[in-house]
Amino acid sequence: MKDLVEIRWHGRGGQGAKTAALLFADAALASGKYIQAFPEYGPERMGAPVASFNRISSEPILLHSGVSNPSVVIVLDPTLTESIDVTEGMPDNGVIIINTGKCPDAIRKELDIPGGIKVFTVDASGISKETIGREIPNTPMLGAFVKATGMLDFKEMLEDTKKKLEKKFKNKPEVVAGNIKAIERAYNEVRSQ
Amino acid sequence: MAKSNILARTGNEAMAEAMRQVNPDVVAAYPITPATEIVQIFASFVADGLVDTEFVPVESEHSAMSACIGAASAGGRVMTGTSSQGLALMAEMLYIAAGLRLPIVLSDVNRALSSPINIHCDHSDTMMVRDSGWIQIFSENAQEAYDNMVQAVKIAEAVKLPVVVTTDGFIISHGMERIEILDDAEVKKFIGDYKPEHYLLNFEKPITVGALDLTDYYFEHKRQEIEAMKASTPVIIAVGSEFGKKTGRSYGLFEKYKMEDAEAVMIAMGSTAGTAKVKIDELRAKGLKAGLLKPRVFRPFPKEEIADALKGAKAVAVMDRSDSMNAQEGPLCLEVKAALYDKAANKPVLNYVYGLGGREIKPEDIGTVFDDLFEASKGKEKPGVSYLGVRE
Amino acid sequence: MAEKTKKIKKPGWKELPEADLIIGGGTALEFKTGDWRSERPVHIPEKCINCLTCWAYCPDSAVIVKEGKVVGFNYDYCKGCGICMHECPVKGKAIKMVPERDAKTETRK
Repeated sequence: MKDLVEIRWHGRGGQGAKTAALLFADAALASGKYIQAFPEYGPERMGAPVASFNRISSEPILLHSGVSNPSVVIVLDPTLTESIDVTEGMPDNGVIIINTGKCPDAIRKELDIPGGIKVFTVDASGISKETIGREIPNTPMLGAFVKATGMLDFKEMLEDTKKKLEKKFKNKPEVVAGNIKAIERAYNEVRSQ
Repeated sequence: MAKSNILARTGNEAMAEAMRQVNPDVVAAYPITPATEIVQIFASFVADGLVDTEFVPVESEHSAMSACIGAASAGGRVMTGTSSQGLALMAEMLYIAAGLRLPIVLSDVNRALSSPINIHCDHSDTMMVRDSGWIQIFSENAQEAYDNMVQAVKIAEAVKLPVVVTTDGFIISHGMERIEILDDAEVKKFIGDYKPEHYLLNFEKPITVGALDLTDYYFEHKRQEIEAMKASTPVIIAVGSEFGKKTGRSYGLFEKYKMEDAEAVMIAMGSTAGTAKVKIDELRAKGLKAGLLKPRVFRPFPKEEIADALKGAKAVAVMDRSDSMNAQEGPLCLEVKAALYDKAANKPVLNYVYGLGGREIKPEDIGTVFDDLFEASKGKEKPGVSYLGVRE
Repeated sequence: MAEKTKKIKKPGWKELPEADLIIGGGTALEFKTGDWRSERPVHIPEKCINCLTCWAYCPDSAVIVKEGKVVGFNYDYCKGCGICMHECPVKGKAIKMVPERDAKTETRK
């Protein structure tokens, strides 16, 4: 499993960290990858810090232990960084993507992120408020994620996610359109150093 | 394989999908974490008219299995699902289902037994009912969970014994993976129509089910059950290989991973087997002769086949995800040791009880077991049972 | 009385129907419960009004009725529970319970 990528999503209960991991896995599967998506199960409390995980590879994935050294970390809620070390276990060449209006440089200083780790930021909360009408940062973060890692073909991912959302929100086409717009905007607006 | 047959599914979703394709006559179930989703998803299939199943919501697992027994006696193809305490509450009825030789298929999502209360994976629940007369099939991942559920129906009906198919709670039940499924029509063809020889709703050939069976007949009927369990071995193998011809995924009594020349052999069931394979690949890359034997069928226990497969091994480590409390070792290790004793195969067999209550097992943990194994093969055997991953 | 059951060689596990199934209907007929009886009902036709209450109540269907009239009891199956006598609405009862030993003595006479 030479190209195995491990991903960790940080969020708060109710923000969609699990859904984001599932959506991403589904999109990766559609592009021919082997996938895993699983949440961290503790007591389920709205607002409590939660994590979810992905493994993506071009070969079958046999590992069934937890993810402790993710090369990609996505932070759905910037306030989590006050109580949690979101870079825990990350390798030196990892990628971290944070939902914040701040620029990557400021975040690096604030969180004391080591130099090797690439920092990306995007205001997914702001984007979701404008496009979906509510603060749902998980779908725009998918767009930022694809841009930052180049792991999937953006158009394919967008198509697949659209299909999944259409299935989930059969009677709410405006929700689907808003989410797709959010993903596109985050893809274009994500900032690196 | 058509692309539409490749899906991202959790273990629970995969099992529910298999149940949809099997389209049983009756499903009676009661919810329990982490198995709830299986019957919850299946109930939505019923509500959406995707299956013809009579879904019976009941007030307990005891009632669930009772309803399954009634429906199966009546002549129906019957399935259900549960976990942990639910399986414990079913225990009384499990023996009855097996004794009445009813081919019920049960999905059991492995979860620790209380107390202390815990919802995470270990194999205590399945092990508790290992002598109930049910064929027991363990799954490593979501793909195997799906494959095993489909095969279980065919096996159960061929040998007239109930079958329990397990997955590891949360690790597999709630982990989404890539699976390949058969077309609905292929599953239908594979399992065929269920035509029981005798059933209560056959008014042409009336029968009595569950008659009193005292000192003069009980033993003979139990002997029949024991023989049926023994006779299921070739059926399980035949169904596994027929399934393989259809899908490219063949199944036997156990899987051998890099066993040809393996000196240090780990025996592990369920999701841990996958993690062990990753570690074994690493060890192999270093030139170390490590291998894995993954029992798929725990009942009937393939004792001769396993003893034969261990012939070349210098040392064996048996991984038990449950404990037998006052026995000498964990349940899997007891079976393996007894099998080796019968073959007079005197080699170090180490036992590790691990992962109770969902305690994580990482490749590093597997690595320490192999370290012990290589030491043991040089004569430095570790005595007794080791508790892997517990804080001292 | 039921015929004395001879000692028969019982079938081994290979010969028995699986799963303790009893195949075929009406198999209770083969199980004669008459030898459980310690008292037997005896019908008194002079008193009987043929209301058939005893026939309706008998748990073993052991009251023999012909052309609407009670004619006696099937002693192969009558367990001697006495419900027929108990339920008989006739004053002074049209059924009496006789101890089995006396009944046998009576027969010998």
